[in-house]
Amino acid sequence: MTATMNTMDVRDIEARYPELLTRSFWQRYRTAFAAAAVIAYFIFCWWFFAIGHVISSANSDIAGNYLADWISWEARPDIDIHADGTMKIVFGKYSPLGADPHPDWIEAKTETVTRTIEASPSEAPAQPKQSTSSFSFVQPEFRGDGETSKTAGTEPTTVTEEVVTEAHIMMNSSSWIDLSKDKVELTRGGETLTLTTGGKTMTYDGALPEWAYQRAPGEKIIAYFGFAGRVEVEPDRVKVRKRFLGWENFFFDTNSPFFGKSAGDVISLMFSDNRVDPNQSNLSRAIDDILYNPSWQHLDVWTKLLQTIVMAFVGTLFAMVIAFPLSFLAARNITRNKPLNQLVKRFFDFQRSVDMLIWALFFTRAFGPGPLAGIAAIFFTDTGTLGKLYSEALENIDDKPREGIRSVGASPVAIQRFGVVPQVLPVFVSQALYFWESNTRSATIIGAVGAGGIGLKLWEAMRTNQDWENVAYMVLLILIVVYVFDNISNRLRSMLIGNGRK
Amino acid sequence: MKNDQPETRLQEGGRAIDQQWRELAAKRRTYTALTIIVFAAVLFSSLWFANDTNAGKFFDRLPHFFDFFGDLIPKDGMEIWRALFDLPSPYDDGSFRYNYPEGRHYLFGDFYLPEYFFKMIETLNIALFSTIIGAILGFVLCFFAARNLMPNPWVRAVARRIMEILRAFPEVVLAGFFLAILSLGPIPAIIAVSIHTIGALGKLFYEVVENADMKPDEGLRAAGGNWIERVRFGMLPQVMPNFISYCLLRLEINVRASTIIGAVGGGGIGELLRLSISRGHEAKTIAIILLLFCTIVAVDQFSAWLRRRLTGEQFFLAAA
Repeated sequence: MTATMNTMDVRDIEARYPELLTRSFWQRYRTAFAAAAVIAYFIFCWWFFAIGHVISSANSDIAGNYLADWISWEARPDIDIHADGTMKIVFGKYSPLGADPHPDWIEAKTETVTRTIEASPSEAPAQPKQSTSSFSFVQPEFRGDGETSKTAGTEPTTVTEEVVTEAHIMMNSSSWIDLSKDKVELTRGGETLTLTTGGKTMTYDGALPEWAYQRAPGEKIIAYFGFAGRVEVEPDRVKVRKRFLGWENFFFDTNSPFFGKSAGDVISLMFSDNRVDPNQSNLSRAIDDILYNPSWQHLDVWTKLLQTIVMAFVGTLFAMVIAFPLSFLAARNITRNKPLNQLVKRFFDFQRSVDMLIWALFFTRAFGPGPLAGIAAIFFTDTGTLGKLYSEALENIDDKPREGIRSVGASPVAIQRFGVVPQVLPVFVSQALYFWESNTRSATIIGAVGAGGIGLKLWEAMRTNQDWENVAYMVLLILIVVYVFDNISNRLRSMLIGNGRK
Repeated sequence: MKNDQPETRLQEGGRAIDQQWRELAAKRRTYTALTIIVFAAVLFSSLWFANDTNAGKFFDRLPHFFDFFGDLIPKDGMEIWRALFDLPSPYDDGSFRYNYPEGRHYLFGDFYLPEYFFKMIETLNIALFSTIIGAILGFVLCFFAARNLMPNPWVRAVARRIMEILRAFPEVVLAGFFLAILSLGPIPAIIAVSIHTIGALGKLFYEVVENADMKPDEGLRAAGGNWIERVRFGMLPQVMPNFISYCLLRLEINVRASTIIGAVGGGGIGELLRLSISRGHEAKTIAIILLLFCTIVAVDQFSAWLRRRLTGEQFFLAAA
């Protein structure tokens, strides 16, 4: 059948059904209105939160460093250049390489010299100064005797020692630093910057290359080597910040006898009978050293992670156990008592609407920081949410099984047990599993306000701005836990719903 | 129940089946018992562990628990209203406990917004702003993750992995990281909540798209419509009510999330609540909780009402 319409017919139909062929003003322009409203709101937020100002004052170059810290670490040797051209390579006391390492990327040429040194201000005078300052209420800078004690400490002494006269530091395969008497050469990718140092001044020929930066003439020069790190050059000191990919000292700290050994050596030492520590076997010493590694605190991190898991598990389980009977009271087709229904439902609403945060803060005050507060917070919030969902599920059940069981004269409890519970139990458990899953995530956040778990530890690691690698480690663990639990809960849920259908 | 009686009457085959059934039933009982035992063991060890690693022990703290609730009741009920509306208190002794008028935000002339209302508006704005940002980006991402619109499995997998990572990454870490880069304030909270919202909404969106009716799309393809036209005229009219409904649901969640992020340093009302609880300012605490409670109830009710209207509209569309 073919139907043809002429213009008259089209007009006629348009006149009969105006709502079909012409769109109302609102329908036609609602997209434009919504877009305009969103843009206006964004402009308002730009002003309200002062976004432009905050972004312009952001420390964007620090962001790169922090991000790099997630997966890498820095070795930070300082090279002190003395007036006579000799050098001293200093690793900090808490250096991840140990106090006095000789890494292969620093080649130092040493000479044994006998010389007369004036004790440099950074070393010798520290002793007398400290001893006097401990009882003084005046700050050391303002004390008159500071100057005299320094001059008194610079008595020339003659010593014979091995000193570094030249050093060659590899940053990466194409970049390195050469230090020799009165000269610092920085090379990056075939380009070399030669700095002549002498006493308190530092000069260079020509212009600085793009990768070097000096804030003002006479100040320190900072040379950037991309991911390999950076070098700060001052007339009497070169600070090297060399970056390595990976997490430093993940298993053993510098104080451990296992530090700096290859995996094979560590394993053979673990099982050897030559005890490093006479009091315990090598194996238990190794495990102790790993668990109590001071920069990674593995045991503590794992304990806190377990707390988070326990909080989510116990909180959700208790919430389910309490919400289950209460939801029978709230469902109007099960308990035929309107005021009671309303009362229980409002109670659920109250628990849900007093936020998890408020409960968490409350219980942290009441029980002290720890997982009990977290369990209680999750329990209180989710009793409300689960109760609401459960009572809604109960109100939607099929009434026929109940009628059948009632007709054979079963007791009220048996009616619920055999007429209602088999219908709703898979739904109930799958809802609870879903909440268990999402609580594993939210338990991380409420932990940060003190309600136990890994949240607080994460927060502390972030506040110091030093331990981003620890943050990365904890985030990785959290992601693994969330992933595993998601899969467990998904599988259980599909099993349950499969059974429910049969 | 009455197994012995029919057994005598059973033939050999029937007896074998009966035997089999009993074995299965016994096995089932054993498994149930085992599950319950394992469950109970896990539960009790969890509880013991939680109690052991807590700063205060449960039974030691329980009596003080009610003291704490007692501490929360201010000695003068009117103090709560004074704290809520920044009115001067007759007990004012210059301490933080009674300095209600200090936080007033003067808008014009003598008309001011009380501190807690201002902070509540800030928190609501954080939630709304980041829901919109998350919805826009999730909207863009979801079409690349849906099987019926993106035939290329690699693009789909990349889009889905991005959403998964954004969703699973702890918000607290995002907030902490941006707090370190940007200064203290609400923007780190906005970024953290938005990023999480992109992942969460993107997933819900692409599931809606995958369940959509493909007939309009087919028609558009037959008429030679390109990808954007297919999405615009074939997909959007179907999925939009659901999308908006999910956005509203997310807004409810984000109001709570931005309060919590606020408490760990992201500004807004959450921070004030944490400070007043930890300092033990009872009137201020009750005032904030009251305000927060009312706001959350109002947002939930509003969004539920709007969602009912939208899904009603959707039913209408489906029927027509």
